[in-house]
Amino acid sequence: MCRSNTFVLMMAVAACAVAWAQAPSYNNVGRSPTKEEIQVWDIAIGPDGKELPPGNGTAKQGAEIYAKKCAACHGATAEGSQLAPRLLGGKGTINTLQPVRTIGSYWPFATTVWDYINRAMPQGQGGSLSANEVYALTAFVLFRNDIVKENDVMDAKNLPKVQMPNRNGFVPDRLEDIGDMKKRGCHGGHCP
Amino acid sequence: MDPKQSPRRRFLKNASAMAGLAVGATRAASGQTLKSETPKADPKDLHAYGERSRFEKSSRIGSLGLWPPAAGPSRDYGFRTPLQNSVGIITPAPLHFVLNHGQEPPDIDPRQHRLLIHGMVDRPLIFTLEDLQRLPSVSRLHFLECHGNSAMSAPNRALRMAETATVQDTHGLTSCSEWTGVLLSVLLKEAGVQKGASWLLAEGADEVKHTKSIPLDKAADDVLVAYGQNGEAIRPDQGYPLRLLVPGWQGISNVKWLRRIKVVEEPYMAMMETTRYPSLRPDGKSRWFESEHGPKSVITRPSGGQKLPGSGFYEITGLAWSGGGAVRRVEVSTDGGRTWKDAQLQDPIARKAHTRFRMDWNWDGSEAVLQSRCTDDKREVQPTLAGLAKIWGVNMDYFQLAGTVDMGNFNAIHSWKVNRDGSIRNVPV
Repeated sequence: MCRSNTFVLMMAVAACAVAWAQAPSYNNVGRSPTKEEIQVWDIAIGPDGKELPPGNGTAKQGAEIYAKKCAACHGATAEGSQLAPRLLGGKGTINTLQPVRTIGSYWPFATTVWDYINRAMPQGQGGSLSANEVYALTAFVLFRNDIVKENDVMDAKNLPKVQMPNRNGFVPDRLEDIGDMKKRGCHGGHCP
Repeated sequence: MDPKQSPRRRFLKNASAMAGLAVGATRAASGQTLKSETPKADPKDLHAYGERSRFEKSSRIGSLGLWPPAAGPSRDYGFRTPLQNSVGIITPAPLHFVLNHGQEPPDIDPRQHRLLIHGMVDRPLIFTLEDLQRLPSVSRLHFLECHGNSAMSAPNRALRMAETATVQDTHGLTSCSEWTGVLLSVLLKEAGVQKGASWLLAEGADEVKHTKSIPLDKAADDVLVAYGQNGEAIRPDQGYPLRLLVPGWQGISNVKWLRRIKVVEEPYMAMMETTRYPSLRPDGKSRWFESEHGPKSVITRPSGGQKLPGSGFYEITGLAWSGGGAVRRVEVSTDGGRTWKDAQLQDPIARKAHTRFRMDWNWDGSEAVLQSRCTDDKREVQPTLAGLAKIWGVNMDYFQLAGTVDMGNFNAIHSWKVNRDGSIRNVPV
């Protein structure tokens, strides 16, 4: 087993993957989920957007939904309130001592916006919005941050292509470099 | 050496009593003098599930020092552990720190709860709690710590920088428990991880379905799917009935109310990990996925807000920990870091767990500045504030000037000043 065997630990990660791929050791513990069981829970959207469902929406459509379902907390102009954070602004503040991290000024991936609205919004009713509504609201928030145009259609194909303003604001830049803490030069709890 | 209560703290107690939350604080306190009539204890059966003495008042406080925790955009449903009252290394579950980002813990019936393992695996699997409890279990001591614990920047700032701060105010977002569960590597082996997979996505059953990407290497090492805490079921605010325990890593990775693990190719860049938890550098770039806590320690007694009744003997004691492994050495200074002496380490010294240290001290009644410094078994040493500034490439005043820069993994050496009258004050910088 990978965890307890120092020899295996010292070997390449591939060795672990191989060990994991062996036959199961514990007879009749747990069961195979049905396709439907997986489908209901499998809501996470990665940065390449390959899990995005069919559907689409524009900022124009999103504005109406926003007024009905989001404005009460995030404010009529999306500038936030006592109940929820602002969704726009903060441009040019990230390298100051008072950074304002918003979707427009900070969030590196548009897919994260879709994923979070879909799983968590509106507060207390996460998962209640249709795919079209989530596309439209994502388009609306991106439009209000001057990232897409009002009539741009957001769908599974277009959304992952949206270039977020702060995409290059993170180290390491490439996703494939994130996991290797040694290569990143992290030690003693700090990364460069 | 009774903790000196600030007016604010008394207010907190009163407020929590009104809210009916701090049970111990709701009862009348009467002195234990010979002739006083002590009110009789609650007639409720205290044998089925024991309660502490009604004279014990040690309680959590809101993560921002407020009670009830603040409302609004900065609201954090969070609570700090009263480290100033801690003895040994185990945090009682009801005093474990909590940071739920404003979410109330879901009310989960364990018979209905499921853990799904899927994605890049040969055999997707779904487990009930009962299933998981049939598998080989392990129990391990591990600390948990919020990545923002003891940082000088917002939102901790006001609390952390006050001269009157206690160790609960400055460092209360860390706790330590014995966690029992199944190694995640066992479950992944049952499912059969496919070639090309290198990350996993862990998801909770809470209101916002908190999601965190974790490298498979870490899962192979020591990650636990835990159902037990200090000998009983995990508490609701710690993830009942199932949580991920990612030893030594920032609290945010330790997904509570765990319902799903998806094996994937790359990190999923979920909301918290990409937008809330990266640490900002002064040049505007952010370090993301810093993950592992460095070596850290703090003296818990004597500490801020307490008062030494007079000169003489005192044991200096505190907690040390490191996300990198076991604590190898703790040194204590009573003169603000000019000279250091090795403290005794109390067994057990477990990897990625709080370790209790002690040192004898005869206070001569003059001013003293107490500090502790932890070295872990990777030979990493807890830095001074100046040392930490150097690591981060900033001037020391950056830590104070930064208004809303969320600084992760702040582990600078902490100072308590002992005044001639025995009062102990936080030295914010």
